[in-house]
Amino acid sequence: MLKIVLRRLLVAIPTLILVSLIVFSLQKLLPGDPLLTLAGEERDPQVLAFLREKYHLDDPFHIQYLAWLGNVLSGDFGHSLRTGVPVATLIAQKLPVTLQLALMAIVLALLIGIPAGVLSAVRKGTPTDYAANVVALSGVSIPNFWLGIILIMVVSVQWQLLPASGYVPPTENFLQSIRTMLMPSFVLATALAAYLMRHTRSAMLSVLSSDYIRTAKAKGLLPKAVVLKHALRNALMPIVTLTTLLFGELLAGAVLTEQVFTIPGFGKLIVDAVFTRDYAVVQGVVLCAAVGFIFMNLVADILYIVINPRLRHPQ
Amino acid sequence: MKSLKTLVLGAALLASTAAMAADLRIGLQDDPDVLDPHRARTFVGRIVFTSLCDKLVDINEKLEIIPSIATEWSWNDDGTILTMRLRDGAKFHDGTAIDAAAVKANLDRARTDPESLRKSELKSISDIAVVDPATLAITLSGPDAGLLAQLTDRAGMLMSPASFDKDPGQTPVCSGPYKFVERVQNDRIVLEKFQDYWNADQYHFDTITFVPMPDATVRLANLRAGDVDIIERVAPSDLETVKSDASIKLASVTGLGYQAIEVNIANGARADNPLGKDKRLRQALDLAIDRDVINQVVGAGTYQPAYQPFPPASFAHAPDIGSGGRDVERAKALLKEAGYERVPFELTFGNNTIMQQVFELVQAMAAEAGFDISLRPTEFAALQSVLKSGEFEVGQSGWSGRVDPDGNIHQYVSCEGGLNDTKYCNKEVDALLNEARATSDPSARKALYDKAQAILREDMPVIYLFYLPWPFAHKAGIEGFTAYPDGMIRLAGVDLAG
Repeated sequence: MLKIVLRRLLVAIPTLILVSLIVFSLQKLLPGDPLLTLAGEERDPQVLAFLREKYHLDDPFHIQYLAWLGNVLSGDFGHSLRTGVPVATLIAQKLPVTLQLALMAIVLALLIGIPAGVLSAVRKGTPTDYAANVVALSGVSIPNFWLGIILIMVVSVQWQLLPASGYVPPTENFLQSIRTMLMPSFVLATALAAYLMRHTRSAMLSVLSSDYIRTAKAKGLLPKAVVLKHALRNALMPIVTLTTLLFGELLAGAVLTEQVFTIPGFGKLIVDAVFTRDYAVVQGVVLCAAVGFIFMNLVADILYIVINPRLRHPQ
Repeated sequence: MKSLKTLVLGAALLASTAAMAADLRIGLQDDPDVLDPHRARTFVGRIVFTSLCDKLVDINEKLEIIPSIATEWSWNDDGTILTMRLRDGAKFHDGTAIDAAAVKANLDRARTDPESLRKSELKSISDIAVVDPATLAITLSGPDAGLLAQLTDRAGMLMSPASFDKDPGQTPVCSGPYKFVERVQNDRIVLEKFQDYWNADQYHFDTITFVPMPDATVRLANLRAGDVDIIERVAPSDLETVKSDASIKLASVTGLGYQAIEVNIANGARADNPLGKDKRLRQALDLAIDRDVINQVVGAGTYQPAYQPFPPASFAHAPDIGSGGRDVERAKALLKEAGYERVPFELTFGNNTIMQQVFELVQAMAAEAGFDISLRPTEFAALQSVLKSGEFEVGQSGWSGRVDPDGNIHQYVSCEGGLNDTKYCNKEVDALLNEARATSDPSARKALYDKAQAILREDMPVIYLFYLPWPFAHKAGIEGFTAYPDGMIRLAGVDLAG
C-alpha cells in the first residue's frame, strides 16, 4: 500500500511541472499587457517601466518560467500584481472556502444521488424510475448561474430565509456558515447528484442481475438486505471513482456559482486573475488545484483497496 | 422523532440572525486593488478611500472645492504659490498629529515614489515648504488651475508618514472617518469608526464593510434581501425593479465621465482608414448617431447624451454643443462630398452586454447614413493594448471623469497626451488647453475651452456618446445619502431612520 502511494506521488511530479508549463505558456499567448490592464486609466510610462522591471515582465519566456519554478521550489509563489498580496496567502485564504463548498456540495450530491440511483434501479421501469431520470436530466441541464439567481430571488429576496450571498467562516459562526453555503452547494450538487444517480443506477442494474444476488435472494434474505448489503457494496466501485473525480474538479473552484453567490473561492480568484493578467496568481491557483486533483485520485485508489479486499494483495 | 429532529435543525438553519445595527454594508462592483492611495488605480478603491483616507480638500455636490484637512487656502498673485492652513487637532489613525511636515511628506511621496501613479497629477509642483506646523506653502513651476481639484482625490490623501515603509497597500494608516480593520481579497474590506476624527459626530455607523459583488443583478438581489445596505452601479435594466420595490430607494446622478468612440488618426498602420483620413466622415458618423435612442434603449433614461468631454455639472460645459441632434441627410451629404457611397470600418470595443447593445445601436443608426460597421468585441484587458498600440480603426473610449475640466480633455486630445490613442495632434488645441490650464478664472477658462471645443467639433477625433451615470440604490431606512457626480460614497450625515 505504501509502495502504491509513493509510486503515485513520484508520477505526480512531472505531471505538475507539465501543467504549470502549459498554463504559463497559455497565459503568455493571451493578448493584453498585465501592466496596462492594471494601470487602468492611469498610464504613467515611468511607473509602467519600473513595474515591468520589478516583475521581470520583459525577460524571455523561459527565463520567466524558470525563475517562477525556482521560487516555487523554494516555497515562494510570488505576489499578486494587482493587490501585492503574496499568492500563498491568497491560496490559504481561498482554499478553506473552496474546500467547504466542495465538501458540502459532494455530501449533498451523495445524499441525493445514491438513494435516487438505488431506488430507480430497484424499481426499474416504474414511474419512480422515470421520475428520477427526468429529475436527473434536469439537474444536468439547468445552468448553475440561472438556478443560482432564481434561488436567490425566491429564497432570499421573496422568502428572506437564507442569506443571498457571501461567506462566513465556520470557525466564526458555524450555523451561519452552513446557512450561507446551503444554496451554492445545492446548486453545485444538482448537477453532481444527477451524474451520481445515473452511474449508481447502471452499476446497480448490472450487479442486481448477477448470479450471487440471485443466490442471496434464494437464501431467503430480505430484499432490503440484498440491495443494501450485497448489491450496493459491489456497485460502489465506479461511484467512488466518479465521486473523487467530481470532488477533484470542485477543488479547482466553481466559477459561475461563486460569481453568483459572491463566494470568495478559487473560481473567482482565478477568473479575476485571468482577466487582469495576474500571472503569478493564475499559476499558483492552477498548481494548487492540480495538486488537489492528483491527491483525490490517490484517495480513490486507496478507497478501492478499502472497499474491495481482493485488491489488497495484488499478484 | 427523527423527522422532528430534522425539522428543528432545518428551522434553526433558516432562522435569520439579526445583523448588527451599526454596521453599514456596501456592495461594490469590483474588488479594489492596493489600499495605498498613491499607488492605487481602481475606481472602487476610490470609494473605499473616501471613508478611509482624508484629503486636503473635498468637493460638494456642485463640484465646488470645500475645506477638509486644509481649512483655508490662498494663491499668490501670479498663481504659482498655494498657501494652505491646516486643521487644528486632526490626527492620523495611529494617533500622530497631521501637521505641515506630515502633509509635505505625503505630497513628496506621491511625487517621487517609483510606483506612485499620482506623479502626473502633481506634476506642476516644484517645491513644498513647511512655513510653520499648521501652514504649508506649495510652489508651482507655473500656474495650474487644476491642482486644487487634484487634491480633492487620491493625490491629496494623507497617510501617516510612519506607515510609509510598513506596506500601506495592505494595511493603510490614513486619517479618514473610518480606520482599517481587515481585508480578505474578493470577500470584504472592514473599517471601523475612528473616534478621534475631527468630524466624528457626523458619522453614525460603527463599522463599514465593503463587499465586492461583480454581477449587478446579484448586487441588487443582495440589497433587496437585506444583506447589504447600499449598492453602486445599478444596471439600467434593473431600474424598474428598484423603483417598484418600496423597501429600497434609488439615488442616481449624472457623473463626470463619459463613453465615446475614438478614431485612429495617426497611430500606426491602421490609421490608414477612411475615417482616420477624412474628418468629414467623422462628422458624418457623429451626425448619424442619435444619442437619445442609446439613452432610452440601453440606459433606461440614465445615459444622458454627450457631445463633449465636459459633464453638465462642470463649469466648462457648453450647453449649445450638439443641440442640432441627429441629421442623417446631412451625414449622407458629407459622405458624398468626401467621395463615398458606403464607408466600411471596424469598431473595436470591450465586450460586455451593455457595450454590445450600445454599439449594435450605433451600427444600425450609422448604416442609415452609409456606414458599414463591423463590430469587433474584445476582452477588456486586450482592448487596452489594442488601443494603445494602434491596432484599431475606431475604438471604444471611456473615462471615469475628473472634477477639473482639464482632467477630461487634456490627456486625450493633446499631442503628447498620455491617453491619446488616436494620436490626434493640433497645435492650436494644445495651446488653448495649456492656456486654460494656467488660467484661474473659471469664465476665462471656459472661453478657452469653448474655442478648443469648436476646433475639436470640426476635427472630431473623439465622438462622445453619453455621460456615465452613478446610480446607487440603498435601503429605504437609510437617510441622508446623496449621490455625488464623482461617484463616491460620502457617509457624513448618513444614518438609519428613527
